[in-house]
Amino acid sequence: MYNHILSIILFTPLVGAVLLMLMPKENKDAIRWMGNIFGFLGFAVSLPLIPWFWALKDRVGFQFVEGAPNNWIPSIGSGYVIGIDGISFLLIMLTTLLGAISILSSWNAIQDRVKEYYVWFLVLQTGMLGVFMANDMFLFFVFWEAMLVPMYLLIGIWGGPRKLYAAIKFFLYTLFGSVLMLLGILFLYFHHHTLTGVYTFYLPDLYATAPKIGGHAAIWLFFAFFVGFAIKVPMFPFHTWLPDAHVEAPTAGSVILAGVLLKMGTYGLIRFSLPFFPAVAMTPWVRQFVIVLSLIAIIYGALVSLMQKDMKKLVAYSSVSHLGFCTLGIFALSPLGLSGSVLQQINHGISTGALFLIVGILYERRHTREISEYGGISNVMPVYATITLIMFMSSMGLPLLNGFVGEFTILQGTFMENKVWAAWAVPGVILAAAYLLWLYQRVFFGPVNNPKNEKLLDLSGRELATFIPLVIIAFWIGLYPKPFFQILSTPVNNLVATVRPDYPGLTKPVLAAQPVNPNPEAATPLPEPPKSPATQTSPAGGTPSQTGVTQTHPPVRVVRRPSTSLGQAFSAASGTNSSVGSWALSPEPPSTKNQTQKPVPVNTAKANLAAAPAALGK
Amino acid sequence: MFFLDHIWLIPLFPALGAVCMFFFGRKLSKQAVNGICVGLVVLAFLWACVAVWQYTGYSAASPGKPFEKVLYTWMGTGDGSLGYVMHGGRTAEFRADAGFLLDPLSSIWLLFVTGVGMLIHIYSIGYMGHEGGYYRFFGYMNLFMFSMLTLVLANNYALMFVGWEGVGLCSYLLIGFYFQRHSASTAANKAFIVNRVGDAGFLLGMFTIAWYIGSVQYTKVNLLARSGQFHIGDHWITAACLLLFVGACGKSAQFPLYVWLPDAMEGPTPVSALIHAATMVTAGVYMVARSNALFVLAPNAMKTVAIIGALTAIFAATIALVQNDIKRVLAYSTVSQLGYMFLALGVGAFAAGVFHVFTHAFFKALLFLGAGSVIHAMSGEQEMQHMGALHGKIKTTFGTMLIATLAISGVPGFAGFFSKDAILWETWSREAGAYRYLWYIAFLTALMTAFYMFRLIYLTFFGKPRMNHEVEHHVHESPKTMTVPLVILAICSIGAGFLGMPHSLGGSNRFEKFLEPVFAKEAIVLEEGGKTAQVAAGEQQVEHTDPMEYTLMFASVGAAVVGWFLAQRAYKKADKGYKEPIQEISPRFYKTLFRKWYVDEIYDWVFTGRKKVGPVRLGAMGLGDAMWKFDANVIDGAVNGAGWSTRMSGTLSVLWDKWIIDGLFVNGVAMVTRLASYPVRLVQWGLVQWYALVMVAGLVCFIFYYVVKW
Repeated sequence: MYNHILSIILFTPLVGAVLLMLMPKENKDAIRWMGNIFGFLGFAVSLPLIPWFWALKDRVGFQFVEGAPNNWIPSIGSGYVIGIDGISFLLIMLTTLLGAISILSSWNAIQDRVKEYYVWFLVLQTGMLGVFMANDMFLFFVFWEAMLVPMYLLIGIWGGPRKLYAAIKFFLYTLFGSVLMLLGILFLYFHHHTLTGVYTFYLPDLYATAPKIGGHAAIWLFFAFFVGFAIKVPMFPFHTWLPDAHVEAPTAGSVILAGVLLKMGTYGLIRFSLPFFPAVAMTPWVRQFVIVLSLIAIIYGALVSLMQKDMKKLVAYSSVSHLGFCTLGIFALSPLGLSGSVLQQINHGISTGALFLIVGILYERRHTREISEYGGISNVMPVYATITLIMFMSSMGLPLLNGFVGEFTILQGTFMENKVWAAWAVPGVILAAAYLLWLYQRVFFGPVNNPKNEKLLDLSGRELATFIPLVIIAFWIGLYPKPFFQILSTPVNNLVATVRPDYPGLTKPVLAAQPVNPNPEAATPLPEPPKSPATQTSPAGGTPSQTGVTQTHPPVRVVRRPSTSLGQAFSAASGTNSSVGSWALSPEPPSTKNQTQKPVPVNTAKANLAAAPAALGK
Repeated sequence: MFFLDHIWLIPLFPALGAVCMFFFGRKLSKQAVNGICVGLVVLAFLWACVAVWQYTGYSAASPGKPFEKVLYTWMGTGDGSLGYVMHGGRTAEFRADAGFLLDPLSSIWLLFVTGVGMLIHIYSIGYMGHEGGYYRFFGYMNLFMFSMLTLVLANNYALMFVGWEGVGLCSYLLIGFYFQRHSASTAANKAFIVNRVGDAGFLLGMFTIAWYIGSVQYTKVNLLARSGQFHIGDHWITAACLLLFVGACGKSAQFPLYVWLPDAMEGPTPVSALIHAATMVTAGVYMVARSNALFVLAPNAMKTVAIIGALTAIFAATIALVQNDIKRVLAYSTVSQLGYMFLALGVGAFAAGVFHVFTHAFFKALLFLGAGSVIHAMSGEQEMQHMGALHGKIKTTFGTMLIATLAISGVPGFAGFFSKDAILWETWSREAGAYRYLWYIAFLTALMTAFYMFRLIYLTFFGKPRMNHEVEHHVHESPKTMTVPLVILAICSIGAGFLGMPHSLGGSNRFEKFLEPVFAKEAIVLEEGGKTAQVAAGEQQVEHTDPMEYTLMFASVGAAVVGWFLAQRAYKKADKGYKEPIQEISPRFYKTLFRKWYVDEIYDWVFTGRKKVGPVRLGAMGLGDAMWKFDANVIDGAVNGAGWSTRMSGTLSVLWDKWIIDGLFVNGVAMVTRLASYPVRLVQWGLVQWYALVMVAGLVCFIFYYVVKW
């Protein structure tokens, strides 16, 4: 279980989908039960990951790595390799949780083609999880594209009046970005071959070679990837598919769309764009360009949101604004900005996911989302009104709820890079209060004027159950975000060190070197690294980089991949270094030993930063 | 030390009450709600008293030594692994603790917030007795107490911001308590959003501090600010202070962000007393006083604070002169008094400002609660035009409100006299030159204050009864739960002033002594650093024996008396259709004042866009409209255009394919072939005999040709 936890999480929904396919479609309730069981099971199997990952949170690089490079389609050098770091861990947990919740929320909403609905939903789950797990660009791209189809069908079959328009727009728009990205991936693939003589899609290998691309090619490649991800995020001005898709999608589809799908874009920026093209990302005009797009998205999204007459569209545009904060944090390119950004992605999944559920509940009862149709709802649905207020407050970033922690961290991270950027982002916080409170006033306050609203039922037990975990997490992140920061600090510091080698206080990055576990026997749980003394407040002053380098690193066992695969033969045939593991760039031929020891530095930024207060008090 | 060590429980008591109301409130009886919510606030007050008492013991050796208690790391990893690059390329840890700090400054706030809060909770039992949503009201009130106490007890700016936004939320919830009234929910939104504007300034100010100084923890910030490594007038510190002051303007209703406070009177009256008079609105004063170590390094920021404070004071006072809603008069009076406090802070008289906060909490809470009692007696009537001659019918209310009015007007012997006189004197004595104008403004404001407050008293309690008979018949004194808090507050409104009796009147000014360590240090530290002590820094060392002080004291008492006299002359015999003196003099000016200088209208035109300027809508809504049209037509238009052009090119391709490729080249060739086949077919028509005949004919021709040739 421990060694294959990722595969289990990844394929549980797919197994559910296959089993559902075997069921007779007449018995709708049985199908609903089955769908919910597998939706919940998908979440349940991801729970053990929490303590297991927690134990490894200080390790740099991908953990729980499964599979080996080139083991899937050796002839082209693609492998089934999955592994996670803190960033993907949080997003995976978000995906499994929101998946279970949205499946639960669809019980009454979906009445026709029930079986297909649950099948496609479960397939979608696997697709999204795969995106967050893949350590192989080919595998990543397969999941990235595969996930489009179920989403397309969810919108196109179970959507609203303009569902086909929305579905096709969503599909084609995303596909357009994907094609550019595919070209980028292929460029990296052939470039890797040019440098090393090896054809591989293995991510850590590409991490090693991609930054070596220089000049115009790098900028073109950056933008090829960027457009693909920016459409998905969506960043201004690629955002117009989002309101349409949201408005037409069924509630659960909207929840997943906002909660998880959009995060694939930001995840891509973090996982691929930054480490592949660090120099481009740090090029002032590129960085400024992306930041300006983010700032426009923040303010523009909020202003457009203010004037919406359709609740779902309002929430959709608020997503544009919130995701603007996420991309702002990413391109602030500092540990704070990045960790805030990931946290905000989680928060957005929680809050906006809940907002779509909220809209869905009214829609299920009244079959309209026009704000003017409502008013005084808190008279008839007090519990619902309370939950809504909590989630609105979370979405607008009220302290002690989740939204604040993310926004605060992003804004502070951005402020430290550039004060003007932060100053332009802050009005988004004010406008968020404006559009949400105004919406709340129009829908919930006042007397019940519309006779159709007089007999609305308050939340049922099932509906309440969909909100409770979200509310709990919203308070958890708001009150005690420390574990999240702890999970994020290692990957984020590592990433910043990769992109900005001159960033003070961080150790050298360890993105390219990855331990690979080929056989389950060897992949027993690695002993937990002893706590470095650096975790205590170190009185040592001095320049940060010095303290960083002088730390001793606990050795991490690196297991060498046995040379048996066809990819090996392929590489051998090409007459060059056959290694695709950690030594891809090594000038020497790889050793034939199956196991070897190699020290991998853990992140020692802690020591440097702990020294800061000492410097302060001088 | 048990109570001091567990000081973090003080905010948690009311939080527990709020949580109880959230989960079980609906099912609880009123007695149970009273028991939980009021009981927990009383517990918090008692705990606070003991904790402050223990604190005086704790800090006996080194006065002013702050007591700090960190519960856990709230923001950040807590082990230094998440940091940022601050000013000068140094690294600093990203961290904000759930930590609590008690020093003289927070002690004062702690005591009066819990004390006044407790009285208002007790009062609410009577006032809200007949209202729906009883548990909801007390839940919100408890949540407010939690937020306010977090704000006051936090040991860093980030946690203060938690309380800061928290009180904003509670204010929103309580202003919108009667949510069925559109005006109430609109006022609630206004309060929250205007406060958010201020909060944005606070956030940026906090980031500036984090960037420039490297921490948001008060003790570290103060230590560094007082270390002498920053020079006076440092630009970044000035920027930080000004940004923090934007936040203070929002929360403490200073110009130009004061607009939400008068509208906030839509909430139940105890809310107005607790939140919008006594406690929450002083949060800005607290924040500036808390950041005094920074502010003294930024003389320009201090000047801004003083000028904004003085302008707000007089501006709000002019509006209060003519308002008819009893709560609205008090609301503008609050804005005006807050202006006084900021004036004091701005001239560096931090202790005087805090003293005014302290006395103001009592008499303003008393005024609001008294107004609530009047409204209660008048069956909900708030317009003073329809009151009159109530003094004999609701004696306790009248007596206590009169005391509060004497206090706020600055009549000697009452609390307001001491604190206001301290501010006026400090304003005069600390800054010379053009700053004396601030004193004249404050003096004029004092006169207006006496006028509008006595106008309120005369219109409400004297003159002829102007209400209808039904209401008159129902006038009754409020229940004990309401009058007892009034009496206690009235006693405080007299007694609190003597804590800060100045030396010139033979007092010892204990209040200032108590606060001295918080504020006085800067002057000393800066001198040690080899720099001239700023005039505005800390508490002054000069003894209060200047003869000028007595002159000014007489002047301010004179102002109060003149204001009283004018009000008496105009309103003592007010009957139906009484005349407003200002209206008599200049109807136009009266209307301008009555419409509050049209500030709300201007904001609606320029900032929110709720009102159109001619045919054009400006402000956020106008911008939103324009953006929305842009989005739907231009951006989405471009996307749909791309889709359309793809489809169009597809259609064209189909046409090309059908007519040119297939039509011209493929079918065309076929057609030509077919056409060409017709003449050929004439020859080749399949009759074998004919073929044979032609063959034979041909053969004959051949043979004939060769035969003839040869």
